[in-house]
Amino acid sequence: MILGIDVGGTHTDAVLVEGCDVRRKAKVSTDASHLLTSLSRAVKAVLEGENPLKLRRVVLSTTLSTNAIVQGKVDKVGIVLPSGPGLSPSHFQLKDPVHFVSGYVNHRGIEMAAIDEDEIAGLASTFHDQGIRHAAVVGKFSTRNPLQELAIKDMIGGRLRHVSLGHRLSGNLNYPRRVATAYLNASVWETYNHFVGQVLDFIREQNISAPIYILKADGGTFKISDSAEYPVQTILSGPAASIMGVLSIVSCHEDAVVIDIGGTTTDIALFARGVPLLEPLGVTIGDYKTLIRGMKTKSVGVGGDSAVSVEDGNLKIGPRREGVAAAFGGPCPTPTDAMIVLGLTSIGDRQKAAEAIDAVAKEMKSPVEETAERIVGQMCGIIASHVGQVIEDVNNRPVYTIHELLEDARLQPRVLYLVGGPAKPLSANLGKLLGCSVFVPEHAEAANAIGAALARTTAEITLLADTERKVLTVPETGTQVKIPAHFKMADVIKAGEDMLRREAVNMGADEEDLELEIVESQEFNMIKQFFTTGKNIRVKIQVKPGLIAVLQ
Amino acid sequence: MTKKKKKTALVFFPAFDWAISPTHPEREERLLYTQDQIFEEGLLDFDNIVEYKPGIATVEDINRAHICVPDAQSVTMEPHLISAGGAITAAEKVLSGQADNAFALVRPPGHHAMLVVHGARGFCNINIEAIMIEYVRKKYGVKKIAVVDTDCHHGDGTQDIFWHDPNVLYISVHQDGRTLYPGTGFPDDFGGPNALGATINIPLPPRTSDEGFLYALDNLILPILDDFQPDLIINSAGQDNHYSDPITDMRFSAQGYALLNEKLSPHIAVLEGGYSIEDALPYVNVGIILAMAGIDYSHVREPDYNSAALKQSDDISRYIEKMVQYIGNQWKQRHAIKEKLVGSAKHAGRKKNIYYDTDNISEQQEETVRICRDCGGVVTIDSTADTGNRIFAVIIPALSCDACRREGEDIFEKTEKGKYRHVYLQDKDRGVYLAK
Ligand SMILES: [Zn+2]
Ligand SMILES: [Zn+2]
Repeated sequence: MILGIDVGGTHTDAVLVEGCDVRRKAKVSTDASHLLTSLSRAVKAVLEGENPLKLRRVVLSTTLSTNAIVQGKVDKVGIVLPSGPGLSPSHFQLKDPVHFVSGYVNHRGIEMAAIDEDEIAGLASTFHDQGIRHAAVVGKFSTRNPLQELAIKDMIGGRLRHVSLGHRLSGNLNYPRRVATAYLNASVWETYNHFVGQVLDFIREQNISAPIYILKADGGTFKISDSAEYPVQTILSGPAASIMGVLSIVSCHEDAVVIDIGGTTTDIALFARGVPLLEPLGVTIGDYKTLIRGMKTKSVGVGGDSAVSVEDGNLKIGPRREGVAAAFGGPCPTPTDAMIVLGLTSIGDRQKAAEAIDAVAKEMKSPVEETAERIVGQMCGIIASHVGQVIEDVNNRPVYTIHELLEDARLQPRVLYLVGGPAKPLSANLGKLLGCSVFVPEHAEAANAIGAALARTTAEITLLADTERKVLTVPETGTQVKIPAHFKMADVIKAGEDMLRREAVNMGADEEDLELEIVESQEFNMIKQFFTTGKNIRVKIQVKPGLIAVLQ
Repeated sequence: MTKKKKKTALVFFPAFDWAISPTHPEREERLLYTQDQIFEEGLLDFDNIVEYKPGIATVEDINRAHICVPDAQSVTMEPHLISAGGAITAAEKVLSGQADNAFALVRPPGHHAMLVVHGARGFCNINIEAIMIEYVRKKYGVKKIAVVDTDCHHGDGTQDIFWHDPNVLYISVHQDGRTLYPGTGFPDDFGGPNALGATINIPLPPRTSDEGFLYALDNLILPILDDFQPDLIINSAGQDNHYSDPITDMRFSAQGYALLNEKLSPHIAVLEGGYSIEDALPYVNVGIILAMAGIDYSHVREPDYNSAALKQSDDISRYIEKMVQYIGNQWKQRHAIKEKLVGSAKHAGRKKNIYYDTDNISEQQEETVRICRDCGGVVTIDSTADTGNRIFAVIIPALSCDACRREGEDIFEKTEKGKYRHVYLQDKDRGVYLAK
């Protein structure tokens, strides 16, 4: 048995999955100020009368870090940046003061300026005096050579609770994002670790001895102990949970669109040949662009409960939500009311829905039915045009080789999975607009918790072999090792696969169920004065996001 | 420093799977570290910098700018079509109003490719700026265009293509041809008889630094542009003037390139040469992109930058001042020079020997232009290469007058194929390209 839990913004869901079946599920509302209470209520509801010792694994997706960041309930962070020249310092504005210090490495990872130990020691005292207990250290190109970050951590770490290092959070290049990511990790570290402590206590009280995993934004899991080091990897795991859930219910192998229509917003995601599409660099949370590997999702400000109004004779839907639909006693007309009027669904009070839509119809000077149709049509139109844009974005992604440019592989989804309250009523309309066959999966209301329960452990590693310098660098593990001058692409891939396999098993992956995928492999000759002096080999390998089981 | 932000389109195409040959400077990794630097500095996250995929140029696009022997397909491969296509995409973004300016960071370069193409010279097969220029003239009806070529090598190809065109001002600032390939581009090379002053060559002495480049910019290039009033300014943004470039001998820096770009404010920049792939290109390109987008670039600097060591000598400064004055005077007297030069002649001719270093081909050309007061004048070219190909071409210029068009059509009609592999007619206004 597997226990999956998703502590979301509005609801907390728990499911118990046995084999390929959902054995039990529970939904409670989330108490934002006491997440543990919500979690324990949902878990107790599904575990009642069950033998907790039969649990094989527990997976938790939580909105804790996301909320802390979005609401600004974060700790002060000492931000140390050996950045070197480049973008103006004015572009690095975070909630806390930024300290630019001496030292940096270049694009090949060669040290261009050393760090100044006295300067760092001074900073350590400053942090101490200011009561700062968490720091983020991020060097430009630190993914190409992490030694300066590691050295600074050694110098300041002693007096701090925790130091977040840029190179560990992603192998991708993007300094401003790396800075933001490390800052966020440091800023939620204490809050998150406090929560982890509570969760572990609670799990123990329930007599659960199974290993506990946390869901990441990329729809993969990692051990709760790893999450304590990298809490920022857990942001936006909610949407990832739902998408993985849909995947586990429908077993998709083609290009597809997933649309989750909620009360206030509608979320769009894509599958490319059955694999959820990730953001190329990292997800965005609030004003922060990060390097957190996460699913590409787009949130649109329309939902079943969006307020419908008339402005200058034009219908306006959302982005406001005033409350529930009029049919449920809400204050204003909503798309849900329009769906009720059209007989697309039989929920709520039909009379109240009709009255609300009638008010809109009068303003529009058109019949009630026609008005309701226009509301539903307009809502579907908005969603469909955003879907079109997301697909176009993906298809317009730049490529850098002639082979890829001429190949021009394009995403062409012909299947649409619809989840959320208004999924069934809107399915025909949306399917037609998008030219897709539509499926409304079963158990969709618990897709998030199911997705968490069944998600595979994921990890990614980036390798840069510079045979001129005879160095192999792997930022995600913070390693730099010597390699012989004759090291080849095959050697890099072999070293990478071994490392990643070890890493993934450490993170909780099942050795039997590890699907490694080479995401990137490039090899360049380095030439000085017409002579080849070495090779620059770049490889990225991932554990493919996926599921440990598919529901039947 | 607050600057006005501009919306900048970036067409970045490093062609990581293509090289002229494995150890050639024009090879796979040329833009590798530039890509690293652009990515690491996070430039693509700025709202006002938008990246686009390059388009692929067509045979029709090439035939507007070149006479390819025997045809466009035979002298180009996909990389050239993508490089030219990237330049066109950049122009397209600006002229359609989607961007304020655009930078085509593409390879291979093109400014050594001349009007007639028998093969590759100076790493170039086709002239990507010229193809872009003819595209925007045809599609958007742009009339007056200025090209400022800041590559270290004289852009002899671009000069050749627009030599007779009074509506395309070609200004090249480069290392003195007596000290560097291709050995041309002197102040007295001033444009064809119908287009005197529409070619400006500013050969700078070796070891010229930021100071000298910016002096020429402020005191010569910008004033001439002010006079000419172009509708579109293009920067052939070669980066081999950099102090670390392995095949040249200049002392320009990333800051210098960025400042030049800010002052010149081109609508479109197109990468040309630049082979210091680790030490210059990453920083120069970041500087140019920031300058174009109106973002503070004052902190961009090469790790080994040392302004004192790079300072140019006083002799160089004096030499440049004198030359700038000489060229400035020529520009002011360009109309008078024409009267004196042309007199009552009906046609003017020149002979050229052209060497294709990359493909080892020699070509002899005889070129004739009709003296015309109303347009660039119809041009005919008789070209023989040691590949055995001899061709004859008639070029009816952009914004051509009726007399020149009639004469061109007439010559094409009457010229027998006979000894020629092909006889071509290129009519720029009508978009006609014929071969017999
Ligand atoms: Zn050059
Ligand atoms: Zn004429």
